[in-house]
Amino acid sequence: MPDLTLRVNGSERKVSVAPQTPLLWVLRDTLQLAGTKFGCGAGLCGACTVQVDGAAVRSCSTSVSQVAGKNITTIEGLSANGLHALQQAWIAEDVPQCGYCQAGQIMAAAALLSKNPQPSDEQITQAMSGNICRCGTYDRIRKAIHRAAGAGGGR
Amino acid sequence: MSPFSRRDFLALGVAAGAGLVIGFYLPHGSSGNGETFAPNAYLRIAPDGKITIIVARSEMGQGVRTSLPMILAEELEADWKRIAIEQAGASTLYGDQTTGGSASVRTTWDPMRKAGAAAREMLIGAAALDWGVGRDTCKAENSTVVHTPSNRRLNYGQLALKASTLAIPADPPLKKDAADYKVVGKPVPRLDTPSKVDGTAVYGIDFHLAGLKYALLARCPVIGGKVASFDDKEAKQVAGVRYIGKISDSAVAVVADSVWSAMEGRRVLNVQWDEGPNKDLNSAAIFDSLKKSVSGKAAVLYSTGDMSKASGRRIEAAYQLPFMAHAPMEPDNCVADFRDSRCEIWAPTQVPQDCRDSVAGAVGLDPEQVKVAVTLMGGGFGRRLEHDYAVEAAVVSKAANTPVKVIWTREDDMRCSPYRPASYHQLSAALDASGWPVAFAHRIVAPSINGQKGTAQPDGVDVDLKDEAALVYSFPNAVVDYVMTESAVALGWMRSVYALQAGFASECFMDELAAAAGKDPLDYRLRLLSKDHEIKFFDATWRTSRMRGALQMAAERAGWGKPPAAGHYRGLACFGCFGSYMAEVVEISMENDQPRVHRVVGAIDCGQVINPRILEQQIKGGITYALANALRAQITIEKGRVVQGNFDDYAPIRMNEAPEIEAYFVESKEAPTGAGEPPVPPLAPALCNAIYAATKKRIRALPILS
Repeated sequence: MPDLTLRVNGSERKVSVAPQTPLLWVLRDTLQLAGTKFGCGAGLCGACTVQVDGAAVRSCSTSVSQVAGKNITTIEGLSANGLHALQQAWIAEDVPQCGYCQAGQIMAAAALLSKNPQPSDEQITQAMSGNICRCGTYDRIRKAIHRAAGAGGGR
Repeated sequence: MSPFSRRDFLALGVAAGAGLVIGFYLPHGSSGNGETFAPNAYLRIAPDGKITIIVARSEMGQGVRTSLPMILAEELEADWKRIAIEQAGASTLYGDQTTGGSASVRTTWDPMRKAGAAAREMLIGAAALDWGVGRDTCKAENSTVVHTPSNRRLNYGQLALKASTLAIPADPPLKKDAADYKVVGKPVPRLDTPSKVDGTAVYGIDFHLAGLKYALLARCPVIGGKVASFDDKEAKQVAGVRYIGKISDSAVAVVADSVWSAMEGRRVLNVQWDEGPNKDLNSAAIFDSLKKSVSGKAAVLYSTGDMSKASGRRIEAAYQLPFMAHAPMEPDNCVADFRDSRCEIWAPTQVPQDCRDSVAGAVGLDPEQVKVAVTLMGGGFGRRLEHDYAVEAAVVSKAANTPVKVIWTREDDMRCSPYRPASYHQLSAALDASGWPVAFAHRIVAPSINGQKGTAQPDGVDVDLKDEAALVYSFPNAVVDYVMTESAVALGWMRSVYALQAGFASECFMDELAAAAGKDPLDYRLRLLSKDHEIKFFDATWRTSRMRGALQMAAERAGWGKPPAAGHYRGLACFGCFGSYMAEVVEISMENDQPRVHRVVGAIDCGQVINPRILEQQIKGGITYALANALRAQITIEKGRVVQGNFDDYAPIRMNEAPEIEAYFVESKEAPTGAGEPPVPPLAPALCNAIYAATKKRIRALPILS
C-alpha cells in the first residue's frame, strides 16, 4: 500500500493504508488516537467530528486520501498548551454524562467559535444539531459554549 | 438466562449491606498488605494519605463513579480532594455488581457507609492509642483525627499503618442526621469529567492490547435465522483479513488487522442464511396477536376492594406501544484474550459477573478462570445488561487464537439487539355521579423479558413488574393484571422497562377520566392522592403523600393554574417506580400538526439525594431520552427483519428539539431510591395529555410521529 502523509495535531504522520479508508479508523487504529469516536459510520451522529483546516468534518465519512496534506485536528490536539476554553467550560458546567459524544461536540463547538466567537442561541442550535447526545446534555453544552464565548473562547 | 431477578438482587444488596462480613472484610489483623490500610474491599488508604475507593457498579453516565465514593467518603470523614477511584471488575467481594434497576445507590448505601464508618473508627482508635487518650475525646474530619482538648492532629496517612493492626468493627456507628453531611447532598463535581473532555477517557471500544485483532460478525438479518453456508473467497482477499469462521449457529466472524479491514471483509462475505421460522414475522401480526391476547389468562399484580361491586359511568380505552431500541452512542463491543486455561475480558458492561459466567460456559472454562474488567460505557440504558457481545468476543478469540475486539456497527446494534417489548393495554373505569372513579382496571399485555431469558416466572408474573407497575392512587376498587405473551423478537431491559408502558397507558387514561368528568387533570389526581394512604404493591409500600408532594411541586413550579402563553398547552403525569415518585408537566405548542415541546418541569421524590448535580443530570437526561421514545422511537419488523438501521430512521432528540427542562427534587431524609429510570415514564403521557389539551385528539399509541 502506498504511504500517505497526514498532518495530525501539528505532527506529520506517515500511514500505510488503503486510500479509501475512512479517516476515523486511521486516527483510531493506525495512529492510536482514540479520542475521536465511532457512533454511526454514516455521518449522522457527529461523534467522529474532527477539524480539517479549521472546518468541522465527519471523519467516518471522509476518506484518508481526501485529507492528505491538510491540517487535521482531533480532540487530543485541540489545545497546544493545556485546556481549550471550551474544555474548561465543559468542566465548569459538568457537561458530560457518559461522555462518548463529547469529543465530537467539543470539536464542532470549537469550529463554530473559531468562525463565530459570539454565537446566538439560534446559531449554536444550528451548528450543534448535527451532534447527537443520547444522555441529553444539550442544555449544558449550550451553556458551556456561551461560557467559553464569554471568556473569549475562540481558542 | 436472566442475569438477575431485579427484586431479588435489590433485597440481596440491602441484606448484604447488613451482614456482608465474609469476603467483604479482611480477617482481623490483616487489613492491609503492610503498605496500605485496607479494612475492606472498598477502601485503601496509603501512608501518603491517598485514599482509593473501589466502585463496584458500572459507569454509564449516571455518575456512580462519583456518587458511590461520596457515600463512603462521608462516613470516612475524608478530604474529598484526595480521593482516587478504582473500578472493580467481576469479583466475589461486593455481592451482586449488576448495574441496573436504578439501584446502584439503593444497594450500596448501606455497605459503603459501613465501609467508610468502620475505617473511620479504626483511624480514630489508632490516633487515640498513639496519644494515649480516650477515643471519645477524638473526632475525625477532613482526613484527619483531632484530639479536641489539645488540638493535636494526625492525618489518615500517618495513621494508616497503625489502623491496619486494629480490630475491624462489625457494626460501626453511622451518622444519624443528614444535617451533619459534608459531602452527601452536596453538588460535588463529577470525578470523570476532565478525561471525558480531553479525549483520554477509555471506553470499551477504545481499549487496546498488544497484538489485538478486530472482528465484525455477520449475523442473520432474519430474527432467529441460522447460517446455512458461507463463501469467503472474496472476503479472504481483502488486505488485512486474518480469519473467517462460523462461530455460532447464526453468525460468521471476520477477523482482521484493523476495524476497516474487518468491515470490508464482512461486506464481501457471502453468507447463505436459513431464514428459519420467523421469515414472515411482521409488526402488524405482532400487534394483532397482542390485542387478541387481552382475553387471555391474567395474573393479578394488584387488587383492592371488589371490582364486581363497583358501578357507574363506564370509560374504556386501549393503548399500545412498540418495540424500542436502546441505541447508546457507543455501539456494542468487547475485547477478549482467550488462552488455554484462562480468558480475560474488557467489556463495557452492566453485568460483569454474568459476563464472567456466560463467557466461561461458552469457552469451556470455570468462572474462576475468567477475568472481567469493566470499562467506561458510552451509554447503557439497559443494553449492556446483555452478555451477548462479551460471549462473542471470547468465542472469536478462542476460534481465531488471538486477542480480539469484536465491534458492532450501528446497524448491527439497531438490528441484532434485544428490544423493549411491545405491549397492549386495556383500561377501564367506572365514574360516580360527580365523575370520580369508583373502579379502575388496567390489564397489561406483553411478553416477559425474564421469561424469554429462561428465568422461571412464578404465577405468570414477570418479576420486573413488581418495581414498575404500581398504581399509586386511592381507588376504592382497582385491579392491575398482566397477560404474559410470547415473542419471537429478542427482548431486553430498556430504561424504565415496563414502567414506561404502564405509566403511558395509565396516566393517559387518568387524563381521559378527568376529561370525562369535566375536571382539571391536576385536581383530579390530587383528589385521588388527598388521603394519606399506604399502597402495598408486592414487597413495596407506596405512599400517596409522597406522590402528592412530587405532583404538587411539579405543578407549582410549572405554573399550572396560571394560563400559559398564547398557543401553549400543558399536560401532566405522575408515576411511581423503582422506589421513587416522579411528576412532570410538559408545555407545548402545535406547529403543522406536530407538537413542539417548549418546557418540561420534572419533580422527583427519591429520598436522600446523594449529589443534586448528578440527580439533575439524570432527570434531564431521562426526560430527553423519554422524549425520543415518545416522538419517534419504534422498531418495526417486516419479513422477519428489523426495519430500522441507523439514526436516520431511529431518530434521537437533537439540540434543535431539546426543550428547556427544569429539574426539582423533594428534600427528604428517607432512604435513597432510584433516579435513573423514574424520570422516563411520566414524559410520554404528559406530552400526549398536552397534545389533547391543544387539539382534543387523544393519542393511544406510540410513537406520536410515525
